[in-house]
Amino acid sequence: MDIEKLILKLHPFERAVLPVLLEEKDFQQIIKKSKLQEIEVMRALQWLENKALLTISSTIKKVISLDKNGVLYLKEGLPEKSFLNSLSEEFKGLNVITKKSKLSREEVNACIGLLRKKNAIEVAKGEHLQIKLTEQGKKLREQKSPEELFLEKDFPLEITKLQGNDKALFEDLKRRKEFLKVEDVKETTAALTELGKKIASMDLTEEVINRLTTGMLKTGSWKQTKFRAYDVEINVPQKYAGKKHFENEAIEYIKSIWLELGFTEMTGNYVQSAFWDLDALFVPQDHPAREMQDTFYLHEKAKLPELWKKIKEVHENGADTGSKGWRYTFSKEETEQILLRTHTTVLSAQTIAKLKKEDLPAKFFAIGKVFRNEALDWKHLFEFYQVEGIVIDPNANLKHLKGYLTQFYKKMGFSKVRMRPAHFPYTEPSLEVDVFHPVRRQWVELGGAGIFRPEVVKPLLGFDCPVLAWGQGMGRIISEYWNITDIRDINKNDLKQIREMKLWLK
Amino acid sequence: MPSITLNKKVFEQLVGKVLPLEELKDRISMLGTDLEDIKDNEIHVEVFPNRPDMLSEQGFARAFSSFIGVKTGLRKYEVKESGQKVIIDPSVKVVRPYTACSIVKGLHFDQEKIEQVIQIQEKLHVTYGRNRKKAAIGIYPLEKITFPITYKAETPAKIKFKPLEANKEMTALEILEEHKAGKEYGHLLQGKEKYPFFIDNKKEILSMPPIINSHETGRVTDETRDVFVECSGFDFEVLNTCLNMIVTALADMGGEIYSIKLEYPDGVRTTPNLTPTKMKLDLSYVNKRLGLMLSEKDAVKLLEKMGYGFEKGQVLIPAYRADILHQVDFVEDIAIAYGYENFHEEIPNVATIGEEDAFEKFIRKVRELLVGMQLLEVKNFHLTTKEDLTTKMDLTINPIPLKNAIGDHNHLRNALMPSLMKNLSENQHHEYPQNIFEIGRIFVPGNTETGVLEAEHLNVMLCHDKTDFTEIRQVLEALTRALGLTCAITESEYPNFITGRVGDITIQGKKIGIIGELHPQVITNWQLMMPVVCFELNLGEVFKLAWKN
Repeated sequence: MDIEKLILKLHPFERAVLPVLLEEKDFQQIIKKSKLQEIEVMRALQWLENKALLTISSTIKKVISLDKNGVLYLKEGLPEKSFLNSLSEEFKGLNVITKKSKLSREEVNACIGLLRKKNAIEVAKGEHLQIKLTEQGKKLREQKSPEELFLEKDFPLEITKLQGNDKALFEDLKRRKEFLKVEDVKETTAALTELGKKIASMDLTEEVINRLTTGMLKTGSWKQTKFRAYDVEINVPQKYAGKKHFENEAIEYIKSIWLELGFTEMTGNYVQSAFWDLDALFVPQDHPAREMQDTFYLHEKAKLPELWKKIKEVHENGADTGSKGWRYTFSKEETEQILLRTHTTVLSAQTIAKLKKEDLPAKFFAIGKVFRNEALDWKHLFEFYQVEGIVIDPNANLKHLKGYLTQFYKKMGFSKVRMRPAHFPYTEPSLEVDVFHPVRRQWVELGGAGIFRPEVVKPLLGFDCPVLAWGQGMGRIISEYWNITDIRDINKNDLKQIREMKLWLK
Repeated sequence: MPSITLNKKVFEQLVGKVLPLEELKDRISMLGTDLEDIKDNEIHVEVFPNRPDMLSEQGFARAFSSFIGVKTGLRKYEVKESGQKVIIDPSVKVVRPYTACSIVKGLHFDQEKIEQVIQIQEKLHVTYGRNRKKAAIGIYPLEKITFPITYKAETPAKIKFKPLEANKEMTALEILEEHKAGKEYGHLLQGKEKYPFFIDNKKEILSMPPIINSHETGRVTDETRDVFVECSGFDFEVLNTCLNMIVTALADMGGEIYSIKLEYPDGVRTTPNLTPTKMKLDLSYVNKRLGLMLSEKDAVKLLEKMGYGFEKGQVLIPAYRADILHQVDFVEDIAIAYGYENFHEEIPNVATIGEEDAFEKFIRKVRELLVGMQLLEVKNFHLTTKEDLTTKMDLTINPIPLKNAIGDHNHLRNALMPSLMKNLSENQHHEYPQNIFEIGRIFVPGNTETGVLEAEHLNVMLCHDKTDFTEIRQVLEALTRALGLTCAITESEYPNFITGRVGDITIQGKKIGIIGELHPQVITNWQLMMPVVCFELNLGEVFKLAWKN
């Protein structure tokens, strides 16, 4: 790159730092002389390094400084000095000495050991410990000890710069309690490259435009000045877009598939009576799934539509449906229970109940929450989505059912659909829907389907008619698309996750 | 769903053919049972609740053998007369009125057979018998019993015998209080003045249904050759079908079935009754539902693969099948025999016009607008804790509780605000500003079929160190303007907002929500250390006003 172009790219920080670098390598000094903030210098150096104008190197150094006691002793003298000062040439009891020296028991003990080694004191062991000063001791009292001299050095000191006796002294003093401390200090230096030196010696004071202002536009002053060039290739700080919740993106897509296939959307309440959720769908009242542990119930009782009497008859003896019915006594109390809908099929029942003969053929879908009385864990949610569909068509048959589901799953990315026998109380035939997973190369179960029983359709619609029906899960597809392994993460509402989640690209 | 374990060797012997493993797996799932696992000599399968007759090794093998074409058509079971009788005393009428009984001879029990019988009994109890409520089954060694047997009821204090798994005689009351089976099933006799029991001619009590058999007369051992079987409950037809499932399985095990005369107060009935029931086959109905063109001959062949017989236009339904209520049940069985894998997808030439729900469409537009304002959408559960809805929000209200939630999310939310506060409190380690919104359903008491009124709400919540009333109001107004509406704010007061910084949102004079700066007490209740402002409004009401214009 030619030098002129390079200079044009220099940021004001870089322009301020470059000349300084001709004389200084040390980071702290650069800060001082460039009169910039630490962060500004740091950024300037980084940018300059990116432009290959300098190289940054940092080394770790071990540095000695005074610890708590070191600072204290520098001010008040070393304890051994205080100890010596409280002695005389006569033996004195330890208690008296301690009191006079104002040292702690611990310090006194340390001093005795230390001073005995230097022959500065003489200790007599009687009933109580007695100590007197020796000739050597007197001498020591008069002059500064090597320890005291060490203490007066200009800290912080680099360990590698210690010389001669200081090395041994340091090792000694390091062992004393909170006397010295050794820390790692990172030292950054910057050295100009050849190109850097060249540019640094040039005149960098020429004015450039940093930011285009309205003022410049009005006066036209921009014509006389050059624009500073940016490094457009480096990273910029992140910015986040507003985002839909990713689950809703998937829902909108699924919705669009059914709309494209000519289906009309159904919506409805989450809180339903057992009548609509179960009895209208011919689920026997003693069916194991109706027991407390699977369904969330509320306390109150529902008001029933007139239709309940007809449904009661169908359960008990089949009424006019041509069925034998379940042959038990239908309980009104049971059907009046209020619950959180256990499937979106309740919406299908309510939709069929509103249809007239002239509305047929008709196709409906719903994507809605359903509830199961389960404790939350990585595999189970107490509320999740179901994708529901019905086709009410006098000519509908099992092959059409497979046709609709195949079309749907093709658009979801699965080219093959398989039906397996299953059992639901409200469909006959009943089937399990599997899709062939293109990556795992195996069949994966995604939901249930079937043709509604006449015991369901006739009382609701007024006449029997084939009704193709399905209830598919979508949790599995969503989890897989976004690599979610813990299903709770779908509704964790972690804002970082929502901000950074990629879009539903289908 | 109940699952059973089959001994693969025994199973293959019963089926009469050995299939390669992959084909075996495939055929089991295509018969309408869920194969769980095949390991060594054990096959684990789940049986759907409509086919309790397949809950035994014998029943399963019988269905499977027909399905793969080895032994098709209606199985014939010979029933000989035993000449014995069971007398049903009128006293059982108010407790457990019916029983159906049989004798099966020549079984020669061994450990394996005993286990199989226990499995049948247990699985039928749980499923078809609805935990012994609808039907309870008893099986007894015939040699210990002296006919005639009487089925009667007596006050519990007077019933005394040594139950299975006990070492002493106990009264009925003691059994209910102390015995394991008594504790588990005692509720089925709760509140009854008299308890039912079977007693033989020598005054030996055989059992007290639906609780437990006698240790002396009601325990099958590897010395047992012949058995007496009874089912008790509330519907004679149900009991006869249940008995049929057991005796046919025992017959497939090598036994011979004998009937018993039941002397009911209103007349004599004989069980087991293994005569197949008849239902006319409506071939055009079947073909129409399946999209097939089967001839009667084809259909009969398929029915035979499912174990049915056929005679002069009538389908003969095996006496152990409990699930044939309607013509449509033949449709399914014919489809299974035809093979679900052989139905090819077809898109019919039917024109319908799809339509998105208008309110859902409206919600989608609102969502897109808010996203355009750089807000993030969150989605929370509808179930939450009472604490989150009340104390943490500094509110004294009564949200709608659930009766039986097993987790602590046991109330329906009545507002979105607590959900969003929870989100903010859990996201404090992430970058600010945190400006979020949710569109979701809330629940309040109301005059509806269920007593619960549901509404779709919108809550927009802004959280950063410079947020204030002005900012949130700007968002609100940007929204309403885009919807062609004008909103007004009237000052009001709420305990969870700062006084003087909260108002009601009204559109065309109708109050549809609130807006304001959250009270610092509420913010700190959620351990948050950042100002929060929000508005919450009823989107359904806004929709009505906006769509009308």
